[in-house]
Amino acid sequence: MQEIKRKALISKASELLKNGTVDRVFGWRRGEFDYDITPALFYSAEELEKDFVWNSMCGANFSKYLVKETGKSEKKVLVFLKPCDTYSFNQLLTEHRFDREKVYAVGIECGGMIDISKVKAECDGIFAVREDGDNIITETLYDGEKTFAKKDVLAERCLNCKSKKHVAYDELIGEDGDVIDCNRFDEVEILEKMSPDERFAFWQNELSRCIRCNACRDVCPACTCEKCVFDNPASGVENKAAANSFEEKMFHIIRAFHVAGRCTDCGECSRVCPQHIPLHLLNRKFIKDIDTFYGDYQAGAEVGSRAPVVNYTVDDPEPGEAVMRGDTNG
Amino acid sequence: MVKISLEKINDFFAAVAAHGTLYIPVDTSAGAKYEKWENGKKLSDALNTVRSPKDFFFPQTENLMEFKTEGNKIEIIDTRTEHEDFVVFGVRACDVKSFEVLDKVFLSEPVDSFYKNRREHAVTVSLACTKPHETCFCGTFGIDAAEPGGDVVCYKTADALFLDAKTEKGEKLLASVVSVTEKAEKADEAEVEEQKKTVRDRLSKLPLANLKADAFGDGKTSKFFNAPEWKELSESCLGCGTCTFVCPTCQCYDIKDFNTGSGVKRFRCWDSCMYSDFTKMSAGQPRLTQLERFRQRFMHKLVYFPTNNDGMFSCVGCGRCINKCPIQMNIVKVMKKLGGGENG
Amino acid sequence: MAEMFDPLIPKIGVVTDIRIDTPDVKTFRVVTPDGKKAFDHRPGQCAMLSVPGVGEAMFSITSSPTNTEYMEFSIKKCGCVTDWLHSMEVGQEITIRGPYGRPFPVDTEFAGHDMLFVAGGIGLAPLRSVINYCRHYRDRYGKIDIVYGSRSKQDLVDYKEIIDEWANDKNVNVYLTIDREQPDWDGHVGFVPNYVKELGFSTDKIAVLCGPPIMIKFTLAGLQELGFDKTQVYTTMELRMKCGIGKCGRCNIGAKYVCKDGPVFRFDEIDELPDEY
Repeated sequence: MQEIKRKALISKASELLKNGTVDRVFGWRRGEFDYDITPALFYSAEELEKDFVWNSMCGANFSKYLVKETGKSEKKVLVFLKPCDTYSFNQLLTEHRFDREKVYAVGIECGGMIDISKVKAECDGIFAVREDGDNIITETLYDGEKTFAKKDVLAERCLNCKSKKHVAYDELIGEDGDVIDCNRFDEVEILEKMSPDERFAFWQNELSRCIRCNACRDVCPACTCEKCVFDNPASGVENKAAANSFEEKMFHIIRAFHVAGRCTDCGECSRVCPQHIPLHLLNRKFIKDIDTFYGDYQAGAEVGSRAPVVNYTVDDPEPGEAVMRGDTNG
Repeated sequence: MVKISLEKINDFFAAVAAHGTLYIPVDTSAGAKYEKWENGKKLSDALNTVRSPKDFFFPQTENLMEFKTEGNKIEIIDTRTEHEDFVVFGVRACDVKSFEVLDKVFLSEPVDSFYKNRREHAVTVSLACTKPHETCFCGTFGIDAAEPGGDVVCYKTADALFLDAKTEKGEKLLASVVSVTEKAEKADEAEVEEQKKTVRDRLSKLPLANLKADAFGDGKTSKFFNAPEWKELSESCLGCGTCTFVCPTCQCYDIKDFNTGSGVKRFRCWDSCMYSDFTKMSAGQPRLTQLERFRQRFMHKLVYFPTNNDGMFSCVGCGRCINKCPIQMNIVKVMKKLGGGENG
Repeated sequence: MAEMFDPLIPKIGVVTDIRIDTPDVKTFRVVTPDGKKAFDHRPGQCAMLSVPGVGEAMFSITSSPTNTEYMEFSIKKCGCVTDWLHSMEVGQEITIRGPYGRPFPVDTEFAGHDMLFVAGGIGLAPLRSVINYCRHYRDRYGKIDIVYGSRSKQDLVDYKEIIDEWANDKNVNVYLTIDREQPDWDGHVGFVPNYVKELGFSTDKIAVLCGPPIMIKFTLAGLQELGFDKTQVYTTMELRMKCGIGKCGRCNIGAKYVCKDGPVFRFDEIDELPDEY
């Protein structure tokens, strides 16, 4: 199935390259061990045939790359977008971060991406991975061939998939799905039910692992500032490492505030964190609060939509209400 | 060589800890990490820690000195103290080698006293690998995972640890725990040798076993610097510092001042050549795009460092970058792409 | 432990004199609290100056090693640390560590030769140390030519010393130029590289260049047209530095570290470096 889909994507990309619609293609390049797939540009049908892959390990969201890439050529770039990627795509358009005319977007149906670390936790030395229907089959150095049900090794963000619907595309390959009424706020609720001390301890434990590599920021489609405050010596928060432990926590909290109302919950931050910090929970808390206070809002669902936090209406709750609620939450 | 049954490993750790703080790799929900040993803490079975043990000698942040200022006067406060003795247990062959690489930087003249202080007070107990991973390529750099370096080499079999002192420091450590160890018999030594053979056989069959670094090294700057391949290799690099921070040999640093309110602390922290502001000056920026920054990291590891250090590469093949890079770009892909046919 | 030397731990320096050179350049005189020179250095070497809480930065030592009483630094205002230095008053303490880097080969390759110094703007700062060294040991060198230019007369660093001392020395020729005409200037007007070509120096000498990259590029080309070989031409480079001792990684170009293997390079050596500076 994946192979058929791969062929279909290659053939679509080759056709668009050949008829001159696009002059390059953003896709996923094959690695050494099947699971180590790199976002890459392809320029020809031959290159695509050789190295382009499409499978359940193509997690990378290409939307942010468009900010720089669209400035590099007069021609369009082809980009493949999974449903969740299309929300980032729209949000970047809303923020005028790239020129829509320079992109040819092909939506692809997505059955969820796996978290290879979940697989690695169960077997040693994976040198090949393949898919067979709903199964993930690994060939390993020490545990022979092992089969996993894909649903057991799905990435967190895919277990809580919010939408199978493409909200932006020029062309769609496969079926479009629907917005899903998912349980993505369950984990946030667990945190909300904690006492402040417990919650503090939870985040302290998680954030203490941060090595301040900036991968979360650098992959985040909502983080496209030309000059990040954390790189600005005049900001007073530019340190590459914590001068004290307070600052380490502040880095992630400041970032969560900066992307509030713009974060589409694509989950790239948690995917790339080398220390497995569940960063998406900070952003989801903001999304949940915005939903609660201002009515349901999904960043990126529509181009040009104004996030409630930047759109004053007379019905907005008073800031005091949030404070009050904070009190009742303990 | 001495021996201790795995059932008594806690006693062994307790005996070591009596002579200096002991750090061992333990399992956490986010992978293995070094922690201070306390009674009952279990040794991780993981092949390696997420963060490298370079932290022990070159921590992510450290205070270098403090200043007190009053009017136009400055007082420099030297906050250095003699480091306590400590033991790092379970260091893999690649990481042991990384200490040698770091020594070349920090112990060359003028010697970095902060690093030296920690090195002098540490005893390294290495741990031979038994199940190297697909991402391992220490062999490329002449490292034998079956027989690591260190002050004491440790081999772990199904039911025992075997320890062999390799330096004076190591002998001292083993002498201090003699009450909990027993002398290894001939049969034990044979068992260790047999295990080494098995592991070496495994190493020879790893997917990256044929990766060669021969194409790189001293004098190869002009051959690779302007290679067209850098564009493709670096095109999706995010410019984050993950690879440099998990790397056991990356050692670039920044020095910054922090105003505490009552004084100024000058601290050193890890920095990354992957960051856009690493070389930025008020007068200009020599590495303008991610391509130059990306190229710098790999040229440094594969060409510049060996040029200055008798051919020693600044990579030990631990595979951390393969596991952790957000876009799955890594030194193996770079070596294969640039080295072409010469690199298996 | 406390007595052990560490290259990153500085000494205290006291600023005993501040001279306003140009609208954005000041020259600071620095000694230790007991009134001595902080350390000996060679012409072309640098030192790390810092203001605790603001930061540390590398500056070339402008005074000649033959000055045994104090060190001087001519510093252009262009960032955090330099802004602070420009705002301070005499008596202020700062920190100082060094000396760093490979100096000009004044006693070997330069010895016995005619010298041509070419500087632009603040680029005179590192050359002043060598020029004054050569003037001090005048009989060790042949003829000395100095070509120096800046945007305007006001932007000429060390103008008074140049006019009152250098220009009066025997066998020292000073050629000044400014970019544009101005009322109180009757000297040469034009860019440094062109002036060097106009003056047309003979090639039996050693040239030392320092200034903005564009000036260096065209001056070098001009000298080559005149017949100079790259092995006769030196310059001093500037890159971002933090440690000053070849460890922090910032000033790495190819296998060289500018703070340790430079900042002084001969142009044939620069040719061997990858093009990344």
